Amino acid sequence: MAITVKMPQLGESVTEGTIGSWLVKPGQQVSKYESLVEVITDKVTAEVPSPAAGTIGELLAEEGQLLTVGQPICTLDVAEGDSPEPDAPQPTDEAQPMPVVSPSVVAAGSQPIDPVTIPLSSISSPPAPPQVEGFISPAVGALAAEHGVDLALITGTGFEGRITKRDVLLFLEGAPASPGEPTPPLPASPTAPAATQAAPGQRVVLSPMRRAIAEHMVRSRKTSPHAWTMMEVDMSGVATARAAHRERFRQTTGVDLSFLPYAMQATCRALRAVPSMNAIFDGDAVVLQRAVNLGLAVSVPDGLIVPVVKQADRYSIAGLAQVAAELIDRARAGKSRLEDVEGGTFTLNNAGALGTVMSQAIINQPQAAILVMDAVIRRPVAIGDAIAIRPMMNLCLSFDHRINDGAAAAKLLGTVKGWLEAVDVETPVY
Amino acid sequence: MAEVTYVEAIRSAMEEEMHRDDRVLLMGEDVGAKGGVFGATAGLFQTFGEERVIDSPLAEAAIVGVAIGCALAGLRPVAEIQFLDFIPPAMDQIISEAAKIRYRSNNDWSCPMVIRAPCGGGVHVHGALYHSQSLEALFAHVPGLKVVMPSTPSDAKGLLLAAIRDPDPVCFFEHKALYRSLREEVPEGDYVVPIGKGRVVREGTDISCITYGATVHEATTAAERLAADGIQVEVIDLRTVRPLDREIIVQTVRKTGKVLVAHEANLAVGVGAEVAAIAAEECFQQLDAPVMRIGGPEVPAIPFAESLAEVYCLGPDKIEAKLRELAAY
Repeated sequence: MAITVKMPQLGESVTEGTIGSWLVKPGQQVSKYESLVEVITDKVTAEVPSPAAGTIGELLAEEGQLLTVGQPICTLDVAEGDSPEPDAPQPTDEAQPMPVVSPSVVAAGSQPIDPVTIPLSSISSPPAPPQVEGFISPAVGALAAEHGVDLALITGTGFEGRITKRDVLLFLEGAPASPGEPTPPLPASPTAPAATQAAPGQRVVLSPMRRAIAEHMVRSRKTSPHAWTMMEVDMSGVATARAAHRERFRQTTGVDLSFLPYAMQATCRALRAVPSMNAIFDGDAVVLQRAVNLGLAVSVPDGLIVPVVKQADRYSIAGLAQVAAELIDRARAGKSRLEDVEGGTFTLNNAGALGTVMSQAIINQPQAAILVMDAVIRRPVAIGDAIAIRPMMNLCLSFDHRINDGAAAAKLLGTVKGWLEAVDVETPVY
Repeated sequence: MAEVTYVEAIRSAMEEEMHRDDRVLLMGEDVGAKGGVFGATAGLFQTFGEERVIDSPLAEAAIVGVAIGCALAGLRPVAEIQFLDFIPPAMDQIISEAAKIRYRSNNDWSCPMVIRAPCGGGVHVHGALYHSQSLEALFAHVPGLKVVMPSTPSDAKGLLLAAIRDPDPVCFFEHKALYRSLREEVPEGDYVVPIGKGRVVREGTDISCITYGATVHEATTAAERLAADGIQVEVIDLRTVRPLDREIIVQTVRKTGKVLVAHEANLAVGVGAEVAAIAAEECFQQLDAPVMRIGGPEVPAIPFAESLAEVYCLGPDKIEAKLRELAAY
């Protein structure tokens, strides 16, 4: 029995992925869960596992090709009786395996989209006339005929993935919202997209990550009434403690001790003190989160990624430093796993590492707030009646005013500040 | 220009036309001494006297029949039916006589008359069974009748002047929720809005919402909400439901490719069906989605209870939801 393996949903809000490297060949025997192909999404790179043991039939997608969730990627000949993973929600002759890295990636509300637009079977045989699946409305048909548009090049955004008139018009305008245009094969490493080397005047087609960021930021600003507030923190204690522990810390853990784990621990304490900041707005309710899963905004080429330290409040300073270092390294190397970027309940952004002193971040939906630690700068401050030079840091909080008011924001910032200013050499690191 | 309400615009149109043309006369229940139950003829009895502002018996067939006789005798009668719900007794006169006189007389005679009637219902109007119906489709079906349903004070005045001057019978239906809720600057003097011409209330590129009467305002509110999400809805006020402005329907449908027809009257065999048919017949190649309609449910009348009236009536929320459905198609 031949089954079709389809593009799985590779994470919350992910609707498409680019085929990376094929890990199998036609005719190859594979066991159940064996990795078939690498898929690059705007969030992570993941490997698609085989839904059953069998023999690979035809590869239906080429490396570098952008596929929508639910589109076929290959066929698999399965021995009779050896059905695909029984708990996977699929008809018997089709299989949409869960990605290898996460057992719970299908987020509520993000339905897989049915196959659209490109009949993949025709890709490998170029002379075949392009066909388009899904309903072609009279308007779309007429427009395509008038302008000589090949509809197979357009990805539909309408009902059940159909191509809308608007999709055709945007395609004709050459707008980047036509992701179905032939995608140039991506380089093996997604960390070095060609887009970053664009020359002035060049029109740079959005990478999946860039597109997802754009969509997310607009949605966030539309969804949440952003309020912003800031407090100053005297980092003298942290600076002293850091200087005292840094050398030995490096020797024992192999990681540099920065301000970040201190700020992370302070943030976790503060989130425990102000649970409404570790919460999600859900229509008529605010859902307080049990765990403190602290997201860290990490800049990567052509975008940013937010790996999440799960249960961050359970770690020591050293633990936070190590976990954060691992996550950040993986993100910068383009090797974040799906689980790395999921489940965040609050985001901390260490923009200060880039030298900024006052930042207005956009909330990482559906979280309640985002905290930015800006650069630690030595500057004069009044201490009692004297003026002293102190390493000062601005803590900037953008919060969803639907969930919290200024008082809660001040309490959160005040708790972080209080905790950081209380740090001294005696503060436990390990 | 003075800011006036919808009902004041109607009153002033009749007053101006009665000054201008002494063939114009009014008749109906309580239109004289009382000035009409909604005040649409207030003061006209005092100005023009009982020969030109005639209090009729409670007999709709007689009101229309007398008006037909006046029209054939060279006058320009404006007959008021107190509520559109009361018009059924006059249907024979309207459909079998007024509408057919030109045809029956081989174009020797015509019947220049206006039948004014308040229509519609909804929350705060408390129409219920005998004071809420939207019956325009009954009349729009009949060749020989024109049916006008203005949505603004300016249109009410301009279209009423056009209706009185029209050489054939015109049904002029006024939504009573608009009478005192709308106020705008209305051109003074001889301001005529041609019958059979719609207007673009709001330009848009993504969806056309074609409507008329009080629903125009609900559709516009819904359109503004969608605009916040970058969906541009073109709102068309038909103004006249017979004859329909085919040109404006075709233009907007060809432009957007997606159509929602909205009206308070129930859908079956309604004006929306006719508009949908025009869109399908004339714009098939430009359609990008099924032509959709939204209207009152299949219920005999708008309920009296405010909560139930709200369920019956359209309102911006329901129109918005339908427009979003269309946008997502």
